Amino acid sequence: MYKTKIGLEIHAQLSTKTKAFCSCPADVFELEPNTAICPVCTGQPGALPVLNEKVVEYALKAALALNCEINLRSSFDRKNYFYPDLPKGYQITQYFTPIAENGYIIIDHDNKKKIRIRRIHIEEDAGKLIYQGSSSISGASTSLVDLNRCGVPLIEIVTEPDIESPSTARKFIEILRDILRYLEICSGDMEKGALRCDANISIFSDDGKNTSNVVEVKNMNSFKFVEKALEFEKNRISSVLSEGKNIPHETRTWNFSTKTTISMRSKEEENDYRYFPEPDLLPLVIEKPFVEELKKHLPELPWEKEKRFIKEYGLPEYDASVLSKERALADFFEAVVKKTDKPKETSNWIMTEYLREIKELNKDIEGLAFGPDHFKELFDLMDSGKISQKIAKDVFSKSLRSGKMPSKIVKEKGLEQINDEEVIEKTLREAMKENEKAVRQYREGKKGVLGYFIGAVMKKTKGKANPELVNEIARRLLESEEE
Amino acid sequence: MNRDYINLGVKEISELDPKEQKGVYNFYLKRIKEYNSKLNCFVSVNEDTDNFGIPVAVKDNINVKGMKTTCASKILKGYYSPYDATVVKKLRKHNFTILGKTNLDEFAMGSSTEFSVFGPTKNPWDIERMTGGSSGGSAAAVASGMAPFALGSDTGGSVRQPASLCGVVGFKPTYGLVSRYGLVAFSSSMDQIGPITRSVDDAFEIFKLISSKDLLDSTTVKIDRGYPELIDGLDLGDYSFCVPEEFMNAPHLEDGIKKDFLEIVENLKNKGASVEFVSIPLIDYVVATYYLIAPGEASSNLSRYDGIKYGNRHRGKDVSEIINVSRDKGFGSEVKRRILLGTFTLSAGYYEAYYNRALKVRRKLTQEIANILEKYDYIINPTSPVVAPKLGEIRDPLTYYLMDLYTITANLTGSPAISIPITNKSRLPVGLHIMGKRFTDISLLEVARAFEKISPAYNNGKCSLKGEWSE
Repeated sequence: MYKTKIGLEIHAQLSTKTKAFCSCPADVFELEPNTAICPVCTGQPGALPVLNEKVVEYALKAALALNCEINLRSSFDRKNYFYPDLPKGYQITQYFTPIAENGYIIIDHDNKKKIRIRRIHIEEDAGKLIYQGSSSISGASTSLVDLNRCGVPLIEIVTEPDIESPSTARKFIEILRDILRYLEICSGDMEKGALRCDANISIFSDDGKNTSNVVEVKNMNSFKFVEKALEFEKNRISSVLSEGKNIPHETRTWNFSTKTTISMRSKEEENDYRYFPEPDLLPLVIEKPFVEELKKHLPELPWEKEKRFIKEYGLPEYDASVLSKERALADFFEAVVKKTDKPKETSNWIMTEYLREIKELNKDIEGLAFGPDHFKELFDLMDSGKISQKIAKDVFSKSLRSGKMPSKIVKEKGLEQINDEEVIEKTLREAMKENEKAVRQYREGKKGVLGYFIGAVMKKTKGKANPELVNEIARRLLESEEE
Repeated sequence: MNRDYINLGVKEISELDPKEQKGVYNFYLKRIKEYNSKLNCFVSVNEDTDNFGIPVAVKDNINVKGMKTTCASKILKGYYSPYDATVVKKLRKHNFTILGKTNLDEFAMGSSTEFSVFGPTKNPWDIERMTGGSSGGSAAAVASGMAPFALGSDTGGSVRQPASLCGVVGFKPTYGLVSRYGLVAFSSSMDQIGPITRSVDDAFEIFKLISSKDLLDSTTVKIDRGYPELIDGLDLGDYSFCVPEEFMNAPHLEDGIKKDFLEIVENLKNKGASVEFVSIPLIDYVVATYYLIAPGEASSNLSRYDGIKYGNRHRGKDVSEIINVSRDKGFGSEVKRRILLGTFTLSAGYYEAYYNRALKVRRKLTQEIANILEKYDYIINPTSPVVAPKLGEIRDPLTYYLMDLYTITANLTGSPAISIPITNKSRLPVGLHIMGKRFTDISLLEVARAFEKISPAYNNGKCSLKGEWSE
């Protein structure tokens, strides 16, 4: 039997206002090419980098949330290589001493499964090449360079090779994304490249006699692809290994259209990056009280929130985990519960109706006018019997889309529940008259037909009849008039 | 043409009314037109200006918005700077106008101003001789009266050594006191901009204006107190001086220079100053240390010249060929030599043995010099072991590198240092080099001014110009 060993290198773009070493905007995803650039980030002769302090703050937040040791003195270093998207001919990174080391993430709180973090360091992003006539630089007739992304701040998070399966790799990076979002330091959007993942994978036999070389896999630009690409590699390496051969120590790239990995280069061909201390920046010195302050204000993290939701609101584990996944959703849930004082019902509504509507509308929580007060009114309307659960769903949808208060919608559309027994009885009799056959069937013992009559009344009243009353009256009428 | 203009200092020009300032500016423009073809100091001249402020020449590795920045290299062909260096911004703010850009060794790498795509600059004292470098264009422009003042950059002596060979004042401030933003980087941890002038007073006036903590250069330092006026009438007899024995025993030190220097020493002793010859064994390693660190940083700093974004691009079948050919054709031989050297010393497997060890020696040297400057007020020595060599005379790069021995300690340790001329105008210029403690730039300038008073190179407080340039 073979086992898998995976280590990840994750680049997260920090959502600071400005770039790492100049004052150009850092959010460049939707900008026209080469519109967020300056002498510094385009490597003009004589321009110098100046460290953005927010970048340090964000990196420290990540380091604290990932249980790292902070290096109060770290270095900036240059990584030298030539590429058209790297205008200075070197990347400013932290090679000799990173800002943080030796952390971990617990990915399963039941069995305390930990993935260790080797280091977190700050670095700058490179620009983007746009190839014409080919999907890569080789074979392209022309390549255009967009330098907007140059100098966008990144943190690189490097794990120890503690990950034992492709699915765990995916789980790890999803948890990491949730954490980064909670900290509000990274959008976590893999498709937009705000979170990028490279993996080192090797396979070894149970008895330890057979171990493959390590392969690096790049270009896995979604959570699904991380799992797929690693699954593919795992199988590829295992089958080579089982033939008694070994795979080359190389870098491979995931091709999402063929669903395979392709060799990019052997590790021997790799650049000598000639790292040395960046003389244009001073060593990064962090004051301890600053770290303490950040620690104090670190938000409650997903798994802490999940635990609290179970304890404080008596929610089932599943509800707690869904609601705590995103900070905005968790905050919204708590704000609603504060008004309704009904945690479980609130959870049900949010997890089903609310999330479904949001997904349909393709909006986020902040983008909707529907807030805790709307929920509170909706719940009150149901509690007082003014509308049924079914009508409530309709009112909810209308209120969410328009932002109007639920009571107003009920009034405007005349959706108030019918509780008048006489009205219900009258409607029911109509229904019985229209289908005497069904009446007979019921009386002959086919009790299931009751549902038909309830449905018929609801239809006639446009769903406004109080379903409990309809049920009760239907039963009484059908049974009492039995000859 | 008003002959008096040529001896006006910063203060005097700044106090003129605008009309007369314009006269001064045009006076220098006219001299450039007349003499530049003989000496090749300027590579571009700012003729179409509406501002006629205090004229200042700027070495062509310092960015001036809208003007070419060539660094005397083919690789920057066609490059116009999109921004002003911080020093330029500051000078403009104080009513200076950039008179023109001056010649240099390509990317400031060299000490002769011969390694320039524009050809060598010639020494105003003997046009068959080199100016020294790399700020040779700036030094010769001041020494020939084509500019009243100039900015240079000093990484290993590039302000002080050409100032010495051209008989003018060259001052390298403490590392961190003058912003490097906009100075094209050669060796970032040692580069420093400094003034080249005909008096210490003018060096002080310009230093005052360009020195500051700059938000755009993280290595600049804030000085608590401002800059007071220089104290006049210091008695050199009150000071103690150290002369490193290793400098005096260097085999390539010319006898004439040794003699000139020892005369100064005698003069000091007669005034009651303490002058001691002290052995500093680490000095034997400064040239090696410098030529490991500077090319290392340079190899990285010059990576940005790839023909992709600006400058000269050559055709190639793929991107790496474009980069390789552009660099091969764009850089001159001395620059290539240093890029190769630096690439080697930074490469995996050699970093520890060379680059990192050089960093350790540098730290040790810095400590050693600090200790010596606790005991003595200043370290003095000749600025250059030789007077200006003939153009083309030196062919071996190592000989050049050894010429830097007397100046590079100040760069490795970040110390302020100044060269002032000490020979009379009948001979080729010789410079006296004074180095002080870090951040004691003002005291250093005060002492240098006291030396000016006993130097035969001066006339009315200004370095003498050779006859043909003084009229």
